[in-house]
Order: sequence, then C-alpha cells, then structure tokens
Amino acid sequence: MTDIPLAATRDRRLAGRLAAWWRAEPASPAKRVQFDRPLTPWLFVLPQIAVVVIFFYWPSVQAVTSSFYIEDPFGFGSTFVGTENYRDALASTEYRNTALFTAFFCAVVTALSLGLGLLLAVKADKVIRGAESYRTLLISVYAIAPPVAGLIGMMIFDMHMGPLTQVAAWFGYDLKVGIDYWDTAVALITISVWKQIPYNFIFFLSGLQSVPASVREAALIDAKSEWRRFRDIILPLLAPTAFFLLVINITYTMFDTFPIIDVIVKDKPANNPMTLVYKVYLDGFKGNDIGGSSAQSVILMVVVAALTIVQFRFLERRVHYG
Amino acid sequence: MQKIKPFDHLVLILGSLFLCLPVVLALMSSTHGAVDIHSNGLYLTPGTEGWETYKKVLTHRGGFTGDVTGLLMLGNSLVMGLGFAVGKIVLSMMAAYALVYFRFRFATILFWMIFFTLLLPLEVRIMPSYQVMADLHLLNTYTGLILPLLASATGTFFFRQFFRSVPDELLEAARIDGAGPVKFFLDVLVPLSRTMMAAIFIIMFIYGWNQYLWPLLMTTDESFYTLMRGIKSILQVWVGSQIPDYNEAFALAVLAMIPPVAVVVIFQRMFIKGLTESDK
Amino acid sequence: MANLSLKGVGKTYGGAQQAAVTGIDLDIADGEFIVLVGPSGCGKSSLLRMIAGLETISTGEVAIGGRVVNRLDPAERDIAMVFQNYALYPHMSVRDNMAYGLKNRRTPKAEIAQRVEEAARMLELGPYLDRKPRALSGGQRQRVAMGRAIVRQPAAFLFDEPLSNLDARLRVTMRMEIRRLQKRLGTTSVYVTHDQLEAMTLADRLVVLNGGRIEQIGAPLEVYRRPASTFVASFIGAPAMSLVDAQIENGQLLLERYLLAHVGNAPGPVTLGLRAEELRIGPAGIPMRVEHVEELGAQRIVHGMIGAQRLSVADGSGAPLSETVLVSVDPARLNLFDTATGRRSELRLTAAQAPLPV
Repeated sequence: MTDIPLAATRDRRLAGRLAAWWRAEPASPAKRVQFDRPLTPWLFVLPQIAVVVIFFYWPSVQAVTSSFYIEDPFGFGSTFVGTENYRDALASTEYRNTALFTAFFCAVVTALSLGLGLLLAVKADKVIRGAESYRTLLISVYAIAPPVAGLIGMMIFDMHMGPLTQVAAWFGYDLKVGIDYWDTAVALITISVWKQIPYNFIFFLSGLQSVPASVREAALIDAKSEWRRFRDIILPLLAPTAFFLLVINITYTMFDTFPIIDVIVKDKPANNPMTLVYKVYLDGFKGNDIGGSSAQSVILMVVVAALTIVQFRFLERRVHYG
Repeated sequence: MQKIKPFDHLVLILGSLFLCLPVVLALMSSTHGAVDIHSNGLYLTPGTEGWETYKKVLTHRGGFTGDVTGLLMLGNSLVMGLGFAVGKIVLSMMAAYALVYFRFRFATILFWMIFFTLLLPLEVRIMPSYQVMADLHLLNTYTGLILPLLASATGTFFFRQFFRSVPDELLEAARIDGAGPVKFFLDVLVPLSRTMMAAIFIIMFIYGWNQYLWPLLMTTDESFYTLMRGIKSILQVWVGSQIPDYNEAFALAVLAMIPPVAVVVIFQRMFIKGLTESDK
Repeated sequence: MANLSLKGVGKTYGGAQQAAVTGIDLDIADGEFIVLVGPSGCGKSSLLRMIAGLETISTGEVAIGGRVVNRLDPAERDIAMVFQNYALYPHMSVRDNMAYGLKNRRTPKAEIAQRVEEAARMLELGPYLDRKPRALSGGQRQRVAMGRAIVRQPAAFLFDEPLSNLDARLRVTMRMEIRRLQKRLGTTSVYVTHDQLEAMTLADRLVVLNGGRIEQIGAPLEVYRRPASTFVASFIGAPAMSLVDAQIENGQLLLERYLLAHVGNAPGPVTLGLRAEELRIGPAGIPMRVEHVEELGAQRIVHGMIGAQRLSVADGSGAPLSETVLVSVDPARLNLFDTATGRRSELRLTAAQAPLPV
C-alpha cells in the first residue's frame, strides 16, 4: 500500500521537474532575443542531424560492435569473442612496430613542418619587397591533393630516373624507395612535410601579423638583439597558434598522409613502413579481418578523441581570452 | 628602419624553390614524351608533346571498361568539389541558424551531437561506413560520394561562431520590421554571410576535390571515377609495363592540381581568412 | 498616435534570483516625450524592450493605444525602435533599410516609395538613398535609423540610447533634431538614456529609475529642483548636488555647528542637498576651505570643505579667491532628505529669514 503512492509521488515529482526544465528559459542563450517556435528549428537542424546519424553514429557504433566479434571467413555469421581482437592487436609485433613507426613519423613530420613553416613565416613577415610573391608561392602548394603530392614525390624518388635518387647516387648512396624500409620512410617524411609546410606557414604568418605594431616597437626599445626580441616577445605571443598547429599536425600525419602512403607503398606493404590508419585499411579491405580492423579503429578513435579534446579545451580558451 | 637583408631573401627563395620545384617538374615533364622521360629523367623546360599528351589524357577512353576519359574524371571531381562545398554550406548554415537563433530545448543536446563528429575523422570508421553505404545501395552514386563527407561539424562550428558575432540588434530590428524566422534567414542572415560563405566554399571545394580514400572505396563503376581515383588506377596499370606512361601520369596530376591551386591563388585573401578563422 | 500605459510591469530573468524590473506604473499621454533615465543596470533598457516586445513581460500589463500587447509580436505592436548601434541591415541600401518593414507588412509599392521619399526629405537623406550604411558617417547612419522608424508611422517611437555612439558635438545636434522631429510628428516617444543632460533637454517628463524601480517621475525642472531622493539628487544635474550631513537640534538646522535655518522638522541627523548655483560666495557666510577650482568659462565651480563636508559652489564673479571663502544660501532652496531612507522630506521653515546664515 505504501509502495505505490510513493512511486507515484516520485513520478509526479520527476514529471514536474521535466516540465519546469522544459518551460524555463535557458540561463545563457546564444542571443538576447531568439525566435520561439516549436517546429521551425527542427526543420533547419534536421538535415544535418540526419546526415550525422546515418553516416557518423551508425558506422561508429558498428565499428565498436564488430570489434567484439570475429567474422566467419566464409561469410556465415560472426562469433562474439569479447576483447580478443583488442588483445590480438596489442600483442602482435607487427601492430606494435606500426604503432612505433606512426609515433616516429608523427614526431618527425610535425617537428619539421612546424619548424620550416615558422622559419619561412618569420622571414616572409620581415621582408617588404616581394612579400606578396613569396606568400603566393609558399601557399599554392596547400591546394595540391595528397595523392598528387604522392605521385610527384614518387617520380622524384623514382629508382630509375628520380632526381633525388640521382643526387643520392652522386654521394655514393643507393636510394631504394619502395624496397628499403628506411629509404621509403625518408620519402614519406619528405613528401608529407612538403605538403604540410604551407598550412603551418599560413597560420604562423597570420599569427605574426596580428602582433600589434606597438608591441614590436616596445620590444625594439627594450631589446637590442633581434634573436632576443623574437625569443622573448614574439615567440610567447605565437604560442597559442603553435599549440593549435601541433595538434592539427599530429592529426594530419596520422590520417591525411594516407594517400601519400598508398601511392608510394602501393598495396605492397611487404617491407615498407606504414601508419596505423593504413593498417586498419589493409587489414579490413585487403585482409578481410573485419573484427581486427574494427578493434584497431576503436583504438585509433580513442587516441584521436583524446587529441581533439585537448584541442577543444584549448580552442575554448582561445575563444575566451581573445 | 627596415633594411633589406639578403639572408632573409635567401631563406625565402630556398623555401619557395623547395615547395614549387616539384610542381614545375611535373608541369614541364608532362609536355615531354614517355620515352624521353624514361631515358633522360624529369625536365625543367617545356617540351613539344604537351598538346598530344593532354588531348589523349582528356579524351582517350581507357580503363577496364574502356569508356573513362580524363574529361569525365575532371567532371566527376568538379561534381565532388562543388557538391561537397554547396552541401556543406547549406547544411551547416541551417543547423547553425537553428542552434543560435531559436529558443530551443534540445539545442544543447543537438549541439553536442553534431560537434562530437569532430572527434573522429572518416578514416577511423571507414570499414563500417562502407558497409552502411552498401546497405543503403549508395555505392557508385554521387550521393554516396558526397553525403557521408558532410557528416562533420566543421562548417556548423564556423557558422555558429559567425552567427554569434552578428549583433543581436539586427534580429531585434528585423522582428520589429515583421520578419519571421525564414524571412530573417533569407533576407538578412544569408546576404550578411556572403563573405564567410565564399571563404568556406573555397576551403570545402578543395577538400572535396582532393578526396582520395572515400572515392577509392565507393566507386567501382569507372563512370564515377574522380581524378584522384584515376591517379590510383594509372599507378596500378604501371605494374608490369615496360615504359610507364610518365607523361600521362604527370598530365593527370597537373589536371588534378590546377583547379584547386588556381582557386587558392586567385582568392588568396579570402582563402586565408576562411582558413585561419574557421580553424579547419 | 496613441497613449501608453504600464501597470505593475516587472521582469525576472531566467536563472536570476532578483527581479530586474519591479512594479512599474506609468501612464504616457498621446504625443508625450518620456525619457527613462538611470545608471547602467537600473532596468531602463529592459523596460523599453518589454514595451517593444523584445523581452517577455514577467508580471503586469503593457497597453498601447488601449490595447494590451503582452502577447503580441514586436511587429504587431505598432511601434518603431531606434537602436544604440542603429542595427541597420549592412547589405541593404538606405532606401531598402527604410522600406523593409513596410514591405513585410505588404504596404503598396507606391506608398512605400512616397513614405521613404518623405522621410528622406525630412532627414536630408535624399542624396544617400542608394548608398549602403557603411558608406555613411555616424550621424547619417543615425538619421537612417530614425528614418526607418518614421516611415512606419507607428503609434510610438522607442529609442534605446540612440546617441551614445556619436561624438559629443554631433550628439548635441542630433538631440535637437530628434526633439524637433518628434514635435513635428507628434508621435508618443519613450527614450532611454544614461546621460542626465540628454534626459533633461529632451523630456516632457523624466522617469528616473534605480534598481529596477521608479525613483521619481516629473517634468525635468521639477525633478531638478525638487529631487525625490538622494539618488535622484546626485544623478540629475551637473555638477551633482552636494549632499552633506547636517543636524536638527532645538528647531535649528546646523551644518558642522553653523546655523543654516530655523525649522519645524523633527530633531536628529538629516542629509542636506545643495545645488552649486544656489550657493553664493560673498562677504558673509560659512567659511569654506577651497580645495580645487574648475574653470568653465562662463563660470567656475569651486570645490571645497566645510569641516568634514564636501561642497561645490558655482561662482560667476571671476574675482580672485582666497584660501577660505564665505558661502551663503537661501534657506528656501535647501533640500532635506531622511538620512536613513534617502527620501525627501519637506523643509518647514519657522521664521522668515535673511539669506545669510545665522
């Protein structure tokens, strides 16, 4: 007798709270005045939501589910295996080597493309004569698609007639891109850095140009050495941009270099380096190991999500402090 | 105050050379014959066979089915770039409008739902995405090529920021002037966003044009091949041929390169603005 | 053309504990120019926005021309508003900016054209009709915002600090222009400002707001001469009215032990309000230590101390000042406030007295 009324009260209280939540005005609306219509916002937001649900949430959930199953090789259903796919992946030396290479690749490409991008931006910010032309030249490569970059790179590193292979030969080195592990790595790094410099250049340059003239003039009075001015005044002001670019460059190296690797390595991973994303693709599409590939996907998802959250927190800060 | 410093110019010239030389090599080599390239290496000077090569690449029917031409691939890339850019702008402007300009109970939930997509790029869920497309019978369709790429919040994020920076009074004035939600959107907000739309359009066009992995998986029917897909198949043909068609590969690369590079160079200011303000 | 009536109007924002505006009762006659004035955060803008329909009305009732408008959309309230940042549509020409509201109301094209022409002529905007707002100066933009309001021929104009984005000179000219236009059109107007000078010069009646409540309603001179509270006294008028601590003992009003007047008020501490121009520097009076002199040209403001009390005196004599001057006041011009509540209490003089102290 006591149970039912109590539950009813609780339900009523819950309903009351829901109703209050429904009616209350939001504490900090995006605009001081907003439209108040029941249906219209749905019509506006629905197309995007539909696309996101169908093409993002559905496959993402599937990736997580199938990472717990092993697909029958002959297509007769699948078996639940718990975390076996994860344990397999993490235990395999091949996976670990790929992960190690990915980390190495990320570190080198990020460092080089950030460093060169910054160097060029600092110089382009200083010169007056020809500044526009330099900028145009340095930016234009941004628009080149990674596979095109890969193709051009492949030619330049070609074993028969690639100019860089010839240069290496003058120094008595036999560059064997596509065959030798580290030679291929050098080619991948060079092409990836080449492709990414313009992006970093654009951001560093716009960061430098937003340093107020008054600050530069104050620095001119306070410090005689140009290097000191750069290190003590300009560099700290560029720090937010640099941090943002750091995250972007890591994500770039992990994902957007896929076409470059695909063009250079050409489905023949035998003795060639590759990144984790490329392995997901190879195992899933070429190796038909759907469960294993999904488990690798999910591991990658966690890594990327962590990176992006770091970036978000930072973006938020940047929004707040101008 | 500023002196001309030879060292600064030297660094910039070296940098420009490093970035642009490969492009020049590709462009120039595409105007030479395959045999010349094979025996002499890449060229830095224009040759005489450019016209022939480009004509062949653009109009010669090739591939497995024998009816895919460079022109067709160019068209498909264009559809991909334009479709993606337009779709992105329309969807994200509408969604951002709903999230910013309406007193809307679910705004916060929907906001997070859309913005969570920023966490995971397409590459990490490529397998199941392919599966979903197969289930929906969208393989080898333009819809299948474009729609899934729209499932990301970059544009929405950008337009949301922009709408929030539009003065509140504009909506208030419009309401006093008797404009409803649709009228305000079309009469005031859309024209007001023109510069932003153009900037976003440039970036998204390049993004769509440059897509590689997704078209690679989605299109087995050659009439849907984009230039990027064409590059992949030209490389596959190379395996086993005596003298690869270097010149044709370069010509294809140049064709794939020109539209986005032209857009960036011509609309440089707008492009930089779009890039640095939208944070990709 | 219409009267406006506010009954017990209040506003509480979502999430806020305290009301931003409480219990506003105000009747505005047809054609009257009302200025809502007060410091920032006093609720004047909220009140105006509730009349406009841009904020929901939490309590009470707003009627325009006898019609309760609480639940009506802004566009249906027959009002026009001029915003602080003008809120012109940046992508539309001046002409389209003015015509937009009429188009949405399906006014016939010919009539729109005629009304826009007329407003443009009135505001001398004729040559600029096809320009975009960004090609106009601040003053011109302000005029366009006015024009947009005028063409609607509304029952009431609402102004939300329309002059605060202009420089000081332009503000004075535009102030006069607004008043001239309003007189000519005879449209009921509610004008919000934090600038007391603007309020004084524009208003038929002033409404002084503080903390979401009305402190005083009255004609500008009345509010200036007989402020209803210490808040109004210090807010209206420049230099601000000097407020000093005084005592009433045995029917004597004493400032720092100097006798100012014989009064019938109850004994105890009081706050005394003294306008600078009511105080005179002369051969006799209370000695004031001069601390600082502001030279304004036509006159000077002498700031000084009587004991521990700070005073400002307007002096037009131009005579050289010694370190200590003698200050006197007409007792009839004294303002008396209750020290505890800050409200005005009437001074009851008991004997006719000379304007000299003691």
